[in-house]
Amino acid sequence: MEATTHAAGLHEVHELHHEEPGFWQKYIFSTDHKVIGIQYGLTALCFLLFGFFLVSMMRWQLAYPGKAIPIVGALLEKLLGAEAAAQGIMQPDLYNALGAMHGTIMVFLAIVPLAFAAFGNFVVPLQIGAPDMAFPRVNMASYQAYFIGGVIMFTSFFIPGGAAKSGWTSYSPIATLADQAHTVNGQTLWIVGMVFLITSSLLGAVNFIATIIQLRAPGMTWMRLPFFVWAQFVTAFLLLLAFPPLEAAAVMQLMDNLAGTSFFLPTGLIVSGKVAAISGGGSPLLWQHLFWFLGHPEVYVLILPAMGIVAEVIACNTRKPLWGYKSLVYSVLAIGFLSFIVWAHHMYLTGMGTKISTFFQTTTMIISIPSVIILTCLFLSLWGGSIRFNTPMLFSLAFLPMFGIGGLTGLPLGFNFSDLHLHDTYYIIAHFHYVVAPGTIFGLFAGIYHWYPKATGRMMSEFWGKVHFWLSLVFMNAIFMPMFTQGFAGLNRRLYDGGATYANSETVLGIPHSIIALNEQISHAAWALGLAQIPFIINFFVSMVKGKKVTSDNPWDATTIEWQTPTPPPHGNFAKPVVAHRAPYEYSVPGHAADFVPQSQV
Amino acid sequence: MDIPYTIQPRPDTGLFNAKVGIWLFLASEVMLFGALFSSYILLRVGADPVNWPHGLLNIPIGTFNTAVLITSSITVVMAWASLKMGNFKNFRRYQAVTLLCALSFLAIKSYEYRDKFTHYEIWKTDGTRMTGHLEGAPWFWNTKTLEGREAVTFHPDPTHYSMPRSHESSAGEEHGAGHELKIPVSEIKRLSAFVPAHSTFFAIYFTLTALHALHVLGGAIVIGFLWGPGAKMWKTEPERFTNRIEVSGLFWHFVDLVWIFLFPVLYLL
Amino acid sequence: MDNSHSHDISKHVKVYVAVFVALLVGTILTVTMYYIHFERMAVTISIALFIATIKASLVAGFFMHLISEKKAIYAILLATVFFFIGMMFLTVWARGEMPTGTRYVGTRVSQPGVAPNAEEAR
Repeated sequence: MEATTHAAGLHEVHELHHEEPGFWQKYIFSTDHKVIGIQYGLTALCFLLFGFFLVSMMRWQLAYPGKAIPIVGALLEKLLGAEAAAQGIMQPDLYNALGAMHGTIMVFLAIVPLAFAAFGNFVVPLQIGAPDMAFPRVNMASYQAYFIGGVIMFTSFFIPGGAAKSGWTSYSPIATLADQAHTVNGQTLWIVGMVFLITSSLLGAVNFIATIIQLRAPGMTWMRLPFFVWAQFVTAFLLLLAFPPLEAAAVMQLMDNLAGTSFFLPTGLIVSGKVAAISGGGSPLLWQHLFWFLGHPEVYVLILPAMGIVAEVIACNTRKPLWGYKSLVYSVLAIGFLSFIVWAHHMYLTGMGTKISTFFQTTTMIISIPSVIILTCLFLSLWGGSIRFNTPMLFSLAFLPMFGIGGLTGLPLGFNFSDLHLHDTYYIIAHFHYVVAPGTIFGLFAGIYHWYPKATGRMMSEFWGKVHFWLSLVFMNAIFMPMFTQGFAGLNRRLYDGGATYANSETVLGIPHSIIALNEQISHAAWALGLAQIPFIINFFVSMVKGKKVTSDNPWDATTIEWQTPTPPPHGNFAKPVVAHRAPYEYSVPGHAADFVPQSQV
Repeated sequence: MDIPYTIQPRPDTGLFNAKVGIWLFLASEVMLFGALFSSYILLRVGADPVNWPHGLLNIPIGTFNTAVLITSSITVVMAWASLKMGNFKNFRRYQAVTLLCALSFLAIKSYEYRDKFTHYEIWKTDGTRMTGHLEGAPWFWNTKTLEGREAVTFHPDPTHYSMPRSHESSAGEEHGAGHELKIPVSEIKRLSAFVPAHSTFFAIYFTLTALHALHVLGGAIVIGFLWGPGAKMWKTEPERFTNRIEVSGLFWHFVDLVWIFLFPVLYLL
Repeated sequence: MDNSHSHDISKHVKVYVAVFVALLVGTILTVTMYYIHFERMAVTISIALFIATIKASLVAGFFMHLISEKKAIYAILLATVFFFIGMMFLTVWARGEMPTGTRYVGTRVSQPGVAPNAEEAR
């Protein structure tokens, strides 16, 4: 493939640089995809915990509005000032800031980096038989951009005025007007942080697509790729093409905030009783279109890698090939394609006409079909399987009905006539949390338990894994199921007192007190969910030193190529070039002694 | 550990890695500028014609800048073609012209921007509006700057952009020579230079052209590096170097492509 | 991509020069057209964008070698163009499509004592 003179020249160059890299080169400024994957994973898990901590504080205010938060309240007042938490009581502005940052951090700093960047970076090159990503230095740059974006977002809590508080959706004009006391405020840092995060995702997306197109090992044809790789491929395209419009919009909103422009501020805007001194002529709807143009593909970015992980774990733990591989591939491609033309189903209440609402309604209904096909294929894959109920499999099995609930509850939201009643209520919160929390996050937990032995050479504790699973499953449902009821009753989201003002109100059509009372038990379930993560965190770190050592490079007896490398895989991954000889899920092939045949076996 | 297909193309795709990478990146850039163009359309369609300035951008200068970029486009591809033919000297010459064109473009754009920052519009309390220049050609004055002043000396332009388009006066800005007015600050409702905050037209104009200019600058830096210190690679790995020139050239052509649409949309329509 | 292509490249040079000239001519045409006053704005816009598209196609096709590029690149660009047009078209359509009877005040600032223009009701 390369001219012989070339290889000789490069070989000389490599020989010169063959000293063992120091700590900084090896672990911090590494260009190795596995190290970068772990960097992404650890950082993302930290943000996941932090984002959870934010909502735990919000849940106190929702359960006991106006009451001082024990211990944490005093800390908040010391850290953030009396404006935020006078006497330990959460003020409305702080509630809004926590809400906006919980959403932003969970979506952009936790789930996407974990699902796409961490798992993708570690697993994809290994699964396709490549020595690394196509552009290792770009890979390192993408992690660094993510890290800087994360630091900026975290810092925004501590500047005057506090963090951004206009929702993770940052709608104009409120995003521009919410904090007029400070020119550079939390919203400014939010936008700058987003630009770094978007840059990180774009660099990562280019890398993934180029790697999957160019660096597949010989014999690894498109239809022999593990489904996880297909899922990451489509996810990368979504990030590549959907993020730039948000970047454009973010720059425009930044200019609205700092340069006095009116991209999204309409003429005649009245602020605090006076006509604002702006040029006007802008459109708040323009922001919404540009935001949701990303926002919708973004939710598929959140779910597709998890579906990929679940597919891998199910195939491995049923000891049979996935049912309907071709259907899975075509469905994931269809989802990727359709996800770009459904976005305005987030905007049914903006006064769009019937024709355009019908268009988006139709495409939204159509996109539910490939999603159902994927779920069906995964369900059918269980039929006749010899199921091993280990921890990754438990999480993957639970993913199926949980994602099912999340997806099905999305249908009334896809129709504009029913969405009129459910939009901006707790129904929406329940819907998307079902998809992301017991959906995606369960898939990600499955992935951690599944690939942990390949990365560390040790198994995580099965017992504590199962404790983690059952507690998380019970509490996640306890949190989000009642929220559907609250949504149907009309309880609006983003109310800092959880709707207590509207409880059995005499002057306004109120919300039954019993619905508001659900807030308390939801909060208890949320805090219990937090406690249930402690065994996981301990398991994760302790198993690195005390976990049961693996006896083979392939402890799960899996077929995909990442299990054919040494444990952990060395720099360059494969000692000699690997060739793919067969389909990815050859389990229980008749005539073979073992119940699996690795993909690289002749 | 060598990553395959960094120099030689992969047989089944026929591409080397960086070419896939740059086209993917350009695809994302299409969406970025596309979003800004879509925003332009939306804002323009929804705008009150009275508040949408036209005829304020200097067309001869814009045309010249277009010709500059087109020239740089051919020199950048000729630079690559020279390397393919093994002619390093010609590569250097052509690429030097590319860099000169890039710097000229940026210089001309800076001149255009400065011109805007010193050109003002006044909305008077009686509802009339006029454009023109302030005595002393200050930058970035606005309504707030007038606080504490009695009056301003203003040199108005002969026409205002809200008047019906007549082609004698719209061949570029008319810098009002001749009479000057002394306008008391109490009669001024709003003063603004032609800055992003002036109107959504200038907001989108500056955003689009500044983002484009940043891309010109970035491209120039990369091409400059490969012309200067990076050119050492021609001696050690000529094919890899040629690939780098091709990839940077593709980016440069994209920047030219964007301007091909920017120029008519902003200057002429 | 090896040096046996060098004689092909010199053929390409002729094409590059031709494209360069075409681009300059296109630019002059566009600016000239600006001075011709057309009846409707739509005609002006269409012609300007048409000429711009031709110029862009020449740059993309010949300078960027898209005319002889590989399938993978075409596939990426086709998807991009489709989504770009979708974004532009759907966004503009959404703005224009409103329920019957909506009174869209738009960007006209109401004059004191004058009701918002009734014709703006769609």
